[in-house]
Amino acid sequence: MSELIRKNASELIEMMNKGQVSSVEVTQAHLDQIAKVGDAVHSFLHISADSALATAKEVDRRRAAGEKLPTLAGLPIAVKDNLATTDAPTTAGSKILEGWLAPYDATVVTKLRNELMPILGKTNLDEFAMGSSTEFSAYGPSKNPWDLTRIPGGSGGGSSSAVSSFQSPLAIGSDTGGSIRFPGAVTGTVGIKPTYGAVSRYGLIALASSLDQIGPVARNVLDAAYLQDAIAGHDPHDSTSLTNSLGSMVEAAKHGSLKGKKVGLIKQLSGDGFQQGVRNRFAEALKLLTDAGAEIVEVDCPSFEYAIDAYYLILPAEASSNLAKFDSVRFGMRVTPEGNPTIERVMAATREAGFGPEVKRRIILGTFALSSGSFDKFYGAALKVRTLIQRDFDSAFAKADVLVSPTAPTTAFKFGEKVSDPLAMYLNDIATIPANLAGIPGISVPIGLADEDNLPVGIQFLAPAHKDAALYEVGAALEGILEGIWGKRMMDFAPKLEVN
Amino acid sequence: MAKANLMDYEKAIELFEVVIGLEVHVELNTNTKMFCGCRNDFGDEPNTNVCPICIGLPGSLPVVNGKAVESSISIGLALGCQIEPNGGFSRKNYFYPDLAKNYQTSQFKDPIAFEGQIDVEVPSGNKFTVLIERAHMEEDAGKLTHIGGATGRIQGAEYSLVDYNRAGVPLVEIVTKPVYGAGAEAPELAAAYVRLIREIVKALGVSEARMERGNVRCDANVSIRPHGQEKLGTRTETKNVNSLRSIERAVRYEIQRQAHILAGGGTITQETRHWHEDKGATSAGRPKSDADDYRYFPEPDLVPVQPSTELIERLRAALPENPADRRKRLATEWGFAELEFRDVVNAGLMDLIEETVAQGAKPQSARKWYAGELSRIANSEEKDVLALNITPAQVAELANLVESGKINDRIAREVLSAVLDGAGSPEQIVKERGLEVVSDDGALIAAIDEALKSQPDVLEKIREGKVQAAGAVIGAVMQAMKGQADAARVRELVLERAASL
Repeated sequence: MSELIRKNASELIEMMNKGQVSSVEVTQAHLDQIAKVGDAVHSFLHISADSALATAKEVDRRRAAGEKLPTLAGLPIAVKDNLATTDAPTTAGSKILEGWLAPYDATVVTKLRNELMPILGKTNLDEFAMGSSTEFSAYGPSKNPWDLTRIPGGSGGGSSSAVSSFQSPLAIGSDTGGSIRFPGAVTGTVGIKPTYGAVSRYGLIALASSLDQIGPVARNVLDAAYLQDAIAGHDPHDSTSLTNSLGSMVEAAKHGSLKGKKVGLIKQLSGDGFQQGVRNRFAEALKLLTDAGAEIVEVDCPSFEYAIDAYYLILPAEASSNLAKFDSVRFGMRVTPEGNPTIERVMAATREAGFGPEVKRRIILGTFALSSGSFDKFYGAALKVRTLIQRDFDSAFAKADVLVSPTAPTTAFKFGEKVSDPLAMYLNDIATIPANLAGIPGISVPIGLADEDNLPVGIQFLAPAHKDAALYEVGAALEGILEGIWGKRMMDFAPKLEVN
Repeated sequence: MAKANLMDYEKAIELFEVVIGLEVHVELNTNTKMFCGCRNDFGDEPNTNVCPICIGLPGSLPVVNGKAVESSISIGLALGCQIEPNGGFSRKNYFYPDLAKNYQTSQFKDPIAFEGQIDVEVPSGNKFTVLIERAHMEEDAGKLTHIGGATGRIQGAEYSLVDYNRAGVPLVEIVTKPVYGAGAEAPELAAAYVRLIREIVKALGVSEARMERGNVRCDANVSIRPHGQEKLGTRTETKNVNSLRSIERAVRYEIQRQAHILAGGGTITQETRHWHEDKGATSAGRPKSDADDYRYFPEPDLVPVQPSTELIERLRAALPENPADRRKRLATEWGFAELEFRDVVNAGLMDLIEETVAQGAKPQSARKWYAGELSRIANSEEKDVLALNITPAQVAELANLVESGKINDRIAREVLSAVLDGAGSPEQIVKERGLEVVSDDGALIAAIDEALKSQPDVLEKIREGKVQAAGAVIGAVMQAMKGQADAARVRELVLERAASL
């Protein structure tokens, strides 16, 4: 394995700046790794080797000409396939969009292009980001590089597996209920869901508009910070994007500290009922936080009990409406039934053939939750719970700077284990969902391996809205302590990827 | 479509109380669409003013047009409404191929304006207060054209074309509360109300307000109940009636149709109905129940609409004079007789005359053209005067050509018909076709002398003081001039020449 691909993003930036390596070399090294492990891990739905190398060449030319380049120029990246791109198909993991070429770039993609980052390709996801394992991708699941028989988390399993198998130093994800953080936890990578509105959603194929947030996937906190700084900012095309700057995440990550920080341990998410190995690593991490000068305080968030219920009403309700546009009239798949069908029959046949089982399940659920007879009982009630959860966070943050919990109840599970049991699948997100309902930022940082299965465990920090920098501070500090104890990086624990 | 049996109108009014409710859609004349930067101009080549947002491509997001919000607030204020300080948009979910996202971004719970009222005067001079329930913002849908069917309708069509230029065009929907007590004048009230809305949005400058182009569209709800019955009757909603005349006729028709059914022991079906201008009748559309489930929920892609008090007060201060004050002012300025002025108002000619006067015509001659010849032509073609192919500037030109004696009334009618046929402006037509009256006295005198010489008996009579005999000579001269002479001048010259010859 090329040593180049094992470098952190921040190291690669420095090497390129110093002229020790070219962007073409860095990009080619990652394309080589994709060629080597791509089939086994199945992170990518589309690989853009030519355009990535063209960008890399352009960066090298401009660097040689002495031009001042953007911070991340020449650093390759992978993009989740629910972001619109003009030069590669965008499928959102669904058959209904197979081969669709967007006539516009998502704002985030434009920012990556402006940053002169070679885009390696589009990464796999559960269909329309509905799932926790990528098993609901219409194009087959991605694998967990730590154990190819296990899930890489979802929905962003393509991005998490690409970064954890060194196919890309960085990736873009989207997090509606944990789709960046859960894959981060089970692949030993760092995943961040920024404050709602910190990153423009323009060009992100919407799952649930009030919950969706784009964020970075990386192998360490500083790398993630570089990416968030590159993609954040107000976008006039997204009314819900924040107008204020959240400051420099890179600065926060570089000056990580725990001293004097009040860390709120959420009573409802302190690990009861979680896998023992997860609880052990979490308990150790809490001790490390205390040792480093943080104060652990317990906070009570009683409404979290209803978070999953509320989430699985609000999300399907919004999704049922967001996905209505997939009707065969203007773009995407069209299935024309026999005979002389009406447009309604064409729409129905297309949606029947184009959508997978989880998507149909949620459309039906959401349509029901919004219907006039059940609106108050379901959608209306869920909105009330959402308000209560926001209040729980308000009172928790009155006592603590950041909150903490394990990111997920278990380590990576095996394929097929939960795919036929939607409720068990939904429970993976028990710790991540509240942040989406409240619009606050969250980070998952790897804290070692579970004793029973030697698989990665993640810790989650949550901060008040707009205080994303606090996550980078505590995340980077804890990461530094752990790397100090281990004498190596998290990914150095990963077994060698056995590929043919 | 079989024409339903109708009850005699007077009898229907005698037996039943009429309740109407009006929904008027006003298309705003903003430069760009409601939620994207596309040009708000759906007359262009199909699907040229479109973008990922208004054709609902995956990943696209709406952004509210601030100007449209201001226009909507102005409309609300002009209707005496309160303005919602913290409103927002909702999604109205239903599948239809002209609706790009398969939901319409509209306002549901908290419309931008609510609880207003306006006074409406009907032709008899009676005044009614119409209560406004709400005025809300929404986006228009695209336009479907059905190909291969018999009548351009979807039934029987082979396929349909969609033009999304109109998708996302900003609309304000103004909804009245039920209007009671208009009795026999309910149809006139409906038309007068829509006319007033047109006047208001036009005066505000927020819409082109041309009904024939669909800038203002009306859905008329009509129900009737036996006098004294408390429970409202079942209503029908006649959709997209696109002229004032049609509104009046459609409401009248529905009253007569429903009265016939109820009197015969039948029941009214709650449904939408379509107005057929040619047949003068409505026909059943789709059944409509109050339980139509649009699964409204707050639009999560947009932030709340929170107009500041400063903005609202600025727009309030900028409101043009209200229509009643305007009428009073124009009546004085124009100096029409009371009846003349009322006719102008009732015929919906006020705006046209005002514009024509602004273009330089004298008020009386502008009135004469619109209330006379143009109304006659519109009537015979069964359309609104507004729909005639002539602009106020052209009418002013025509009126001034007559006023200055350059053409006479007969030639003017000929010029008018050429303008309506699209031949150009009156001045152009007069020039191109050489229609200007012969004002060269030399040519006239030559013709007169000729005519007098060939009719010595007439000349004699004139000299004897039998002035009426001059008619024969005048006729001959006008014929020689092919009608292009000012008859009064010819008469003057005939008398002059007869004396001097």
